[in-house]
This record gives sequence, C-alpha cells and structure tokens, in this order.
Amino acid sequence: MENLGYLLAAYTVIWAVVFGYVLAMQRKQRRLQRQIDLLQKSADQTKTNS
Amino acid sequence: MNGRHTLRNSILLGLGFVLMMAALFMVFVYVPTEKHSGIVQRIFYFHVPVAWVSFLAFFVTFIASILYLWKREIKWDAVACASAEVGVIFTTLVLITGPIWAKPTWGIWWTWDARLTTSLVLWLIYLAYLLVRRLANEPTQGARHGAVIGIVGFIDVPIVFLTVNLWRTQHPTTIVFEGGLTTPMLLTLVVCIAAFTVLYILLVVQGAGLKSMEANIRYLKGAMQGE
Repeated sequence: MENLGYLLAAYTVIWAVVFGYVLAMQRKQRRLQRQIDLLQKSADQTKTNS
Repeated sequence: MNGRHTLRNSILLGLGFVLMMAALFMVFVYVPTEKHSGIVQRIFYFHVPVAWVSFLAFFVTFIASILYLWKREIKWDAVACASAEVGVIFTTLVLITGPIWAKPTWGIWWTWDARLTTSLVLWLIYLAYLLVRRLANEPTQGARHGAVIGIVGFIDVPIVFLTVNLWRTQHPTTIVFEGGLTTPMLLTLVVCIAAFTVLYILLVVQGAGLKSMEANIRYLKGAMQGE
C-alpha cells in the first residue's frame, strides 16, 4: 500500500475539479434563467402598455 | 429544452453514471496491481482517459471552429467554445495528475521534457482561446478570433501525441499501442476511456446549450433596446 496517498490525491483532484465545473455550470444556468424571467416580464409589460 | 433533449441528456447521464461506477470498480477492485510501480500505477486508468478526452475536445473545437468561420452559425461557435472549455479542464487534470504520478515513480514532480512541455503549451494555447473570447469588445469578434486560435492551436495536439516517439523523453511511450498491457489492464482502460468520453459529451452538450441560451438572451436584449 506504498504511495496510496498519491493515488488518493490524484483521484480526489479529478473529482473535485469535475464537480466544481458542474457546479459552475449550474450557477450559470440559474443566472441565465433569471435573465430570461426578467426579459419575459419586461416583454409582458411592453405588451400591456401598448 | 424540449422532451427529446431531456431524454437524450437523461440517457447520457445514466450511461455516464453506470460506466463511471464500472470504471471505479475495475480500477480499485478488478485490475491487478502492476508489479514494478505498485498501487500508484492505478493513476494511469484516469490520467490516460483524461488526456484522450482533452485531445478529443480540442479536435471538436478545431472542426466546430472551421464550421463557424464557414457558415457563421452561432451553434458551431457554442460547440467550439464549450468543447475548448472542457478541454482546458481536462488538460488541467492531466497536468495535475501527471506530476502526482511522477513524484513516486520518477522521484520528481516535473521535468521540462518534450511531452510535458508541449502539454503545458497546449493548455496555455486554449487558455488564451478562452481569454481572447472573454476580452473581446463584442461577442462576434471574440467568436471569430477564438475560431482562428481553435484552428491554429490544434497543431499542438499531434505534436503532444508524437513527442514520446519523436524524442527521448522521461515520459513513457504509448504502451497501449505497443501491446504493453495485459487483458485486464486494457479492458479497464477501455471502460475508463468510455466513461470519460460520455462525461465529455454530457458536459459539452450542456455547455453548448448554455452558450446558445446566452447568445439568444443577448439578441433579445438588443432587440428590446432597439424597439
């Protein structure tokens, strides 16, 4: 079991980076959804006013 | 997102999960420990697939960049950018897991040999690709400049691949193609490559979807301001 620490470090880094990237994508998706909601609201308002 | 896309993503997610579980089982339970390097050699089963995916990612960026410059369709730019982003993430993993494996086997974290240096250059090229896109005055300019880097930068991929055969390097040669692996090792490697390829497809599909969404929002904002 010599060098087990290196093996664990490598696999931890891989999963941490992949997981971090997926989280960042999720955050971006939420931000874009908020922008779409705002655009929808403003389009509805314009329609009501005209 | 329509029903067909949701179904496709669910299938990819399910397939990716099953393959990744199989890959982890094979790496830690099924495959025998390599005699000379010991347990640390098991880094190989993720280090090589991650490197393979980064090459694939930059190849897709290369093709999608050509298609974008030719057809000027935003979907090709979205694919090129999403793929380059995943490629950079996976090249980062190659550059981190490589030294972690090198330290116990070579006794050093890093050496400026041809394979390692060209891999670092590859990472810098595509980091520049992402930076150029982000720093551009307008998105179409960024897409155009990015596409040029995506095409020219791809030159480094075959160079990275061939370094171990063209020069004497510290890095081992491509033993996969030379029959240097036993059947269980080869089988484990194939399953790991399949798992990471599915993960790559899933990330690019999601990433390209987000980039198209971003472009549509920009367009709608512009249209509303113009009213």
